[in-house]
Amino acid sequence: MASRIPRAETESETETESESLDESSQNQILKFLQDLPDVPMGKLSPHLEFQRTRCELKADAPIHTDTLQYSGAYASVGYDNSTRLDNFCDNFKVKVIRLTEEDMEFDMIGIDPALANAFRRILIAEVPTMAIEKVLIANNTSIVQDEVLSHRLGLIPIKVDPRWFEYAENNTPNEKNTIVFKLHVRCAKDTPRTSVKSNELKWLPHGSEFPLISEDSKSGSSSKPRTYTSFSCSQDSFPEFSNKPITTMENIILSKLGPGQEIELEAHAVKGVGKTHAKWSPVATAWYRMLPEIVLLQNVEDEVAVELKKKCPVNVFDIEDIGNGKKRATVARPRDCTHCRECIGGGKEWEDRVSLRRVKNHFIFTIESTGALPPETLFTEAVKILEDKCERVIAELS
Amino acid sequence: MDPPPPEPVSYICGDCGMENTLKPGDVIQCRECGYRILYKKRTRRIVQYEAR
Repeated sequence: MASRIPRAETESETETESESLDESSQNQILKFLQDLPDVPMGKLSPHLEFQRTRCELKADAPIHTDTLQYSGAYASVGYDNSTRLDNFCDNFKVKVIRLTEEDMEFDMIGIDPALANAFRRILIAEVPTMAIEKVLIANNTSIVQDEVLSHRLGLIPIKVDPRWFEYAENNTPNEKNTIVFKLHVRCAKDTPRTSVKSNELKWLPHGSEFPLISEDSKSGSSSKPRTYTSFSCSQDSFPEFSNKPITTMENIILSKLGPGQEIELEAHAVKGVGKTHAKWSPVATAWYRMLPEIVLLQNVEDEVAVELKKKCPVNVFDIEDIGNGKKRATVARPRDCTHCRECIGGGKEWEDRVSLRRVKNHFIFTIESTGALPPETLFTEAVKILEDKCERVIAELS
Repeated sequence: MDPPPPEPVSYICGDCGMENTLKPGDVIQCRECGYRILYKKRTRRIVQYEAR
């Protein structure tokens, strides 16, 4: 308490002293406010708009990294920050940059990071695929142990649309929830060591061929012996598989066989999602990054321009001739920027020349499919899953 | 009840990998190379694993 008393006294002293200065300083503030550029109602002033839409990378740390969700965040300046469906529909854009059979890159513009991340997480963990879950080994004399071989089999991508199948959920395996593959390979005596590749997995559309031993003695030979699956019809009678047999990803080495060694097994694939086990994840990976924006705050010329071009390890900058033997740096390939901050390292003067930013609502999304579904289909499936989740929430609330 | 007649069991030679069928009372020796260590074959019974 004692220490606070003198401070309070000084404060009151300055107050009385400043009374005479008041008028001039107030005029100054008024003048400053009047000189500020006019901002139309419903728009943000440039510096606020910058904070809202850009994240800037300084040499030590990024700033303005957050996104404001609150609808009244800018209420005092008359800006409506609420999320509205029609606003979203007007501003949302998707631009496909690259699309191949198993790999795609596209830009999602005008979306919240929470939603972009939701799509990423759903792609990795919740879009279903088929994967080998049960392995029935009749013989394995190779050096790869049964457990290790089973694990390797589980990770093989199966090229089949999972939407044709149901989840197995403790039911007996039938033609609607299980795909059976057979692997029977042998390395003959006096031949060199051979590799067993995933191509040798053969689809069995009629289901398992291994009889259940317990049933063997009772039923005798009167009817078909019961097997590990109970298919009521062959899977190749389905129109979707009739002329297109189910295959796996080719050329994956499963094991190597020495002379005289043999593997005989059946692998049963079921439907599942990536959050149960990564073998069901339909993507090798799915990720996004925010669009880099690089602005040269000053004219960067001659030797400095050459130095700037040299600083960037991914060659974002170019040098152009502006006549009279003078050169100037330009930002030629901002998309290649990895935000390594090499260009703003090396002193305050570099930070004053270059401004590194990310556009906060522009996502460069990349999907690498493992082969079950093409990447563009995976994304639409992810959108449908998020839709289902939203509907469930709405149903819970109403 | 009579015990079932002893079935010949096949073994694998520890040296050359040759398959040998032996009956009770046979000399334990590979017919191909004469090696005296023979291994029993793996069961044909199906073993089920989880692919995880």
